[in-house]
Amino acid sequence: MTRYTDQGKQDTRSGFGAGMTELGRTNPKVVTLCADLVGSLKIETFIAENPERFFQVGIAEANMMGIAAGLTIGGYIPFTSTFANFSTGRVYDQIRQSIAYSGKNVKICASHAGITLGEDGATHQILEDIGLMKMLPGMTVINPCDFNQTKAATLAVAEHQGPVYLRFGRPKVANFTPADQVFEIGKAVKLSEGNDVTIIATGHLVWEALKAAEALETQGISAEVINIHTIKPLDEKAILDSVAKTGCVVTAEEHNMLGGLGESVARTLATHHPAPQELVAVRDSFGESGTPEQLMAKYGLDNKAIETAVFKALKRKA
Amino acid sequence: MADIKDLEALATQVRRDILRMVHAVNSGHPGGSLGCTEFMVALYNEIMELQPGFEMDGIGEDLFFLSNGHISPVFYSVLARKGYFPLEELSTFRKIDSRLQGHPTTHEGLPGVRIASGSLGQGMSVAIGAALAKKLNGDSHLVYSLHGDGELQEGQNWEAIMFAGSKGVDNLVATIDRNGQQIDGPTEEVLALGELRPKLEAFGWEVLECENGNDMAAVVEALKTARSRTGKGKPVALVMTTEMGNGVDFMMHTHAWHGKAPNDEQLATALAQNPETLGDY
Repeated sequence: MTRYTDQGKQDTRSGFGAGMTELGRTNPKVVTLCADLVGSLKIETFIAENPERFFQVGIAEANMMGIAAGLTIGGYIPFTSTFANFSTGRVYDQIRQSIAYSGKNVKICASHAGITLGEDGATHQILEDIGLMKMLPGMTVINPCDFNQTKAATLAVAEHQGPVYLRFGRPKVANFTPADQVFEIGKAVKLSEGNDVTIIATGHLVWEALKAAEALETQGISAEVINIHTIKPLDEKAILDSVAKTGCVVTAEEHNMLGGLGESVARTLATHHPAPQELVAVRDSFGESGTPEQLMAKYGLDNKAIETAVFKALKRKA
Repeated sequence: MADIKDLEALATQVRRDILRMVHAVNSGHPGGSLGCTEFMVALYNEIMELQPGFEMDGIGEDLFFLSNGHISPVFYSVLARKGYFPLEELSTFRKIDSRLQGHPTTHEGLPGVRIASGSLGQGMSVAIGAALAKKLNGDSHLVYSLHGDGELQEGQNWEAIMFAGSKGVDNLVATIDRNGQQIDGPTEEVLALGELRPKLEAFGWEVLECENGNDMAAVVEALKTARSRTGKGKPVALVMTTEMGNGVDFMMHTHAWHGKAPNDEQLATALAQNPETLGDY
């Protein structure tokens, strides 16, 4: 099994910031908007180097989404930036009408997604955003797993024509994917080969899946780990090819089990290749205050929870 | 410069189009459409600098955004008669497989439309974004927008109004259709808007008023004045008083025709009050 090593913990939002810095230098059509969260989104360098291409909109996210839609009409590629909660639920109708239905080339960049936002608590810990965004026709939904992949995804979405929801987080987590990776929207990344079970993970849960797979290996269980950084369009072929071999699946995500990656995988399996599936996800509840590690453990989102889910899936396969 | 009489003749024909379009499908919004007919005819045929054909980016020409998308009949008629798409297509309004959806959209590729609208309160933000893009592109052309007065009850407008004033988006002319009516009754009863001029001025806008938004000469004059006030550091608002249902006596002085189509008999009466000038579609 391939061993992935942590190159040093970093936050995925800093990967976004690094990507924006590079885009600021390489793509004159990229503009950035922010709703009073510049420091949290790590876009200070972009702003310092391209002040004319940055729009501070204040605490007014609905207006930000509309302005972004308008900027595309003059040929620009706007990246909106705020927390995931304010990037989606707060402005759903603006995204639906002015961006998605209007087919505008806006990149909705959302930090502090999920429960690992931590101490601020449930008002800010959105666990429904993937579902909201994936239901919009034409919307691409991306949830990269670490610093390097978030940077690569940020660069990739600038080249993609059409609206994108790019989701990332607040805490410092393992940075384990190669810095020179090619990020292909809609293309799953197989992280390890295995025969007994397929673990399909997205975002922060990918590292947890790798840790679970290592622990399972010592118990004689061979897990295939797939990083689904693009939830829509979903790489159905990668999923079906793997499940044809392993016969059972565990999905893992920092999101409500309703509407997330797990449901997209379940739909794919139900349609093409029914197989036992266990979902590691938040069980239709809000979060609460705590450290990211405490919350991941309490809400069943860590490597231990994935291990437990694998045993359940294996039992159902038998 | 077009003769006022020619613009009035076009407006009369546009009113016929509106009435026939909504009658044909027994749905749609004639009231606000009729009230804004002079404005839309003047804007597209006397005020805006336009390029032939249609490019989404609109570089090198003035742009218009309709925020109160339910008055799509007047928008479609004015666009068709300006040559953006075939006049006969007006007969497909609100029907299956049409590019002329109930509310305007880019989704079906209708030339002349740059944003979907219908869910209210979103158009000013979009217009501001397009205006900012013009500045980035070094394009000195202007962005025009139209908003219902009742629509100003949507909070996003005030985010947009604050932004445009605060950031000096001075290549934007936003017109408010002050017809004083909305679906549930007079705006001042449903949720009073109060005096718009001091509100907008307090947000840093240059505010102009047009007391007779159904008088073609007055509308042309007001829009020319508004245009002359751009480029001076402030966004420009034109608060334009109109009569919902203008040009059809039984549709005026009431909110009843906001979203209701005339029956056969009512259509005949309404058309008799607006005789054909340029040929029906």
